[in-house]
Amino acid sequence: MDTLLIHVLNALLYASVLFLIAGGLSLIYGVMRIVNLAHGNLYAFGAYVTAWAIGRILGGAPDASVALYALLPVGAVAAAALGAVLEPTLLRPLYKRAEEYQLLITFGLLLILEDMMRLLWGPYPLSISPLYEGLGSLHIGESIYPTYNLLVIVIGGLAAAALWAFVYRTQFGVVLRATSQNMRMASALGVNVNRVYVEAFTLGCFMAGLGGAIIVPQQGAVLGMGVDALVLAFVVVVIGGLGSLEGALIGALLVGVVRELGITFFPEIELAVLYLMAAVVLLIRPAGLLGRA
Amino acid sequence: MSAIAAPPRRVVAYAAPVLVALFILPSVLPQYQTVLLSYGLIFAIAALGFNLLLGYTGLLSFGHSAYFGTGAYAVAFIVKYLRIQSMEAFVLGGILASALVAGLFGFLCVRYTRIFFGILTLALSQVLWSLAFKFFWVTGGTDGLRVPTPTLLGGTVRMAVGAAEDKLGFLAYRYYYYVLALFVISVAVMWVIVHSPFGKALQAIRDNETRAEFVGVQVWRYRWVAFLISGIFTGLAGALWVPLNGLTTPDILVWTFSGKIVFFTVLGGFQTFFGPIIGAVIYNYLETYAVGHTVYWQLVLGVVLVVLVLALPAGIVGTVNRLRLRLARAS
Repeated sequence: MDTLLIHVLNALLYASVLFLIAGGLSLIYGVMRIVNLAHGNLYAFGAYVTAWAIGRILGGAPDASVALYALLPVGAVAAAALGAVLEPTLLRPLYKRAEEYQLLITFGLLLILEDMMRLLWGPYPLSISPLYEGLGSLHIGESIYPTYNLLVIVIGGLAAAALWAFVYRTQFGVVLRATSQNMRMASALGVNVNRVYVEAFTLGCFMAGLGGAIIVPQQGAVLGMGVDALVLAFVVVVIGGLGSLEGALIGALLVGVVRELGITFFPEIELAVLYLMAAVVLLIRPAGLLGRA
Repeated sequence: MSAIAAPPRRVVAYAAPVLVALFILPSVLPQYQTVLLSYGLIFAIAALGFNLLLGYTGLLSFGHSAYFGTGAYAVAFIVKYLRIQSMEAFVLGGILASALVAGLFGFLCVRYTRIFFGILTLALSQVLWSLAFKFFWVTGGTDGLRVPTPTLLGGTVRMAVGAAEDKLGFLAYRYYYYVLALFVISVAVMWVIVHSPFGKALQAIRDNETRAEFVGVQVWRYRWVAFLISGIFTGLAGALWVPLNGLTTPDILVWTFSGKIVFFTVLGGFQTFFGPIIGAVIYNYLETYAVGHTVYWQLVLGVVLVVLVLALPAGIVGTVNRLRLRLARAS
């Protein structure tokens, strides 16, 4: 029973971070119809900024004070700021061009961001594990579970709720959904589409950065984490449906569960199963479980 | 039928000197440069295959690493399990294996177009990558599999034993001509394909799927055949690449390698026949020198790609053609 609970918690932990990344990717696609191949790098950027900023304050101190936890979102803010710069400069000139070019420019951006992080923070991983260890662990029956993981799950859940409220319960959300449904019509009704685009892109990047920022105390920031995360985020949005936030949530939970099962029962084909799941969903329901065609 | 395949005089006028130069170069260039050129020609075969889908059929695959990697791993398996070192067996094995994989993946993928096609090809290529990555007792995992220097032409041409010829010398001379021959055959075959009624039908599908269907083109089947041919060319490139590299690792199956193949093609210009070839050769030099001069080579390539997309979307060949047209009009 305890092991089952721990497996469930692990799956949820995984799903929380994946939802933050994939939710941002899906939001950007839903509004702007762009698949951002550099999205994983914004997640990595969030992780690096948080690790670097908190690492500087921490110095060599083994103990983390509570105030440092409040600093975690700094990576998310940095990723959002980066997104707010990238969208108008690099993506905006391409909306009228063929999809191939949009994919290519984000691929170019992926290469650039990957090396920018190497340039800024060097080839070695950054770690802020005192924050992870600082919260200690919980006893669940006879097993122990790191408390920090629960914090990540809570933040992931809160982020999902906040996003839902934002998209479905605010004025901005209405404008966002209108633009996503019909950009021309929204524009004709007086919506400043350029502004909505930059806001949506920034919000998507914020979520990816937040995903990186909250997981970095547990995993550290390493080069290549963005590229790996992107493909899994792809799996999530493909399963859930490109452009659908609810889909991203369901997709993230599904991938979290399958991954946890995979690590326990079929480690050799765990990744292959995930990609095959995505392929099968695409073949049966190309728009995803909850997407619109 | 022969009339469609005959290249115009202008193309012959350009291609003939290039061909002669490619033939003479190994006796002029240092060995290392010749090997570098071989890599370029091999990538050009991959790009040529890739462009049948992107340039002629209008489908952007982000999973061509799957076929390149299949070709390469097929060769490695031939060495590992059959203990054969003949290059003809490698080429045949690479072509058959990539045809099998491309046939299957293509069957699934061609039902979709645009972004869904791209993501599906990417997801399927990642399945192969993760298998190569995890089944280390078969594939060697991240260490990869070694492939020794093969014998050419049914064993009649082999690396001389002793000090007469070292491995680099063999690769820079005999193997180079082997690659060159297959490159020329590939270009000729692709030329015939894109100028055949089949190739014209693909271009009709690219330009207007609905009309093509009304004219009687079986869109789905044509796309599948194009996918298959495209995969075979890329697989052939993978099979030729392995002996040159001496090693195959999962790195050539990962999706960013597919991105490189797209990069070659767009660099040269995907709306032209020769663009991808030129793009692949130039990209190969670009990457080699960027890697040699800075650890931040990805940054260099990324900047080139971004500038290319923003400023020169027609690629090198497309831009040159456009400039030439403008000059011709001005005079």
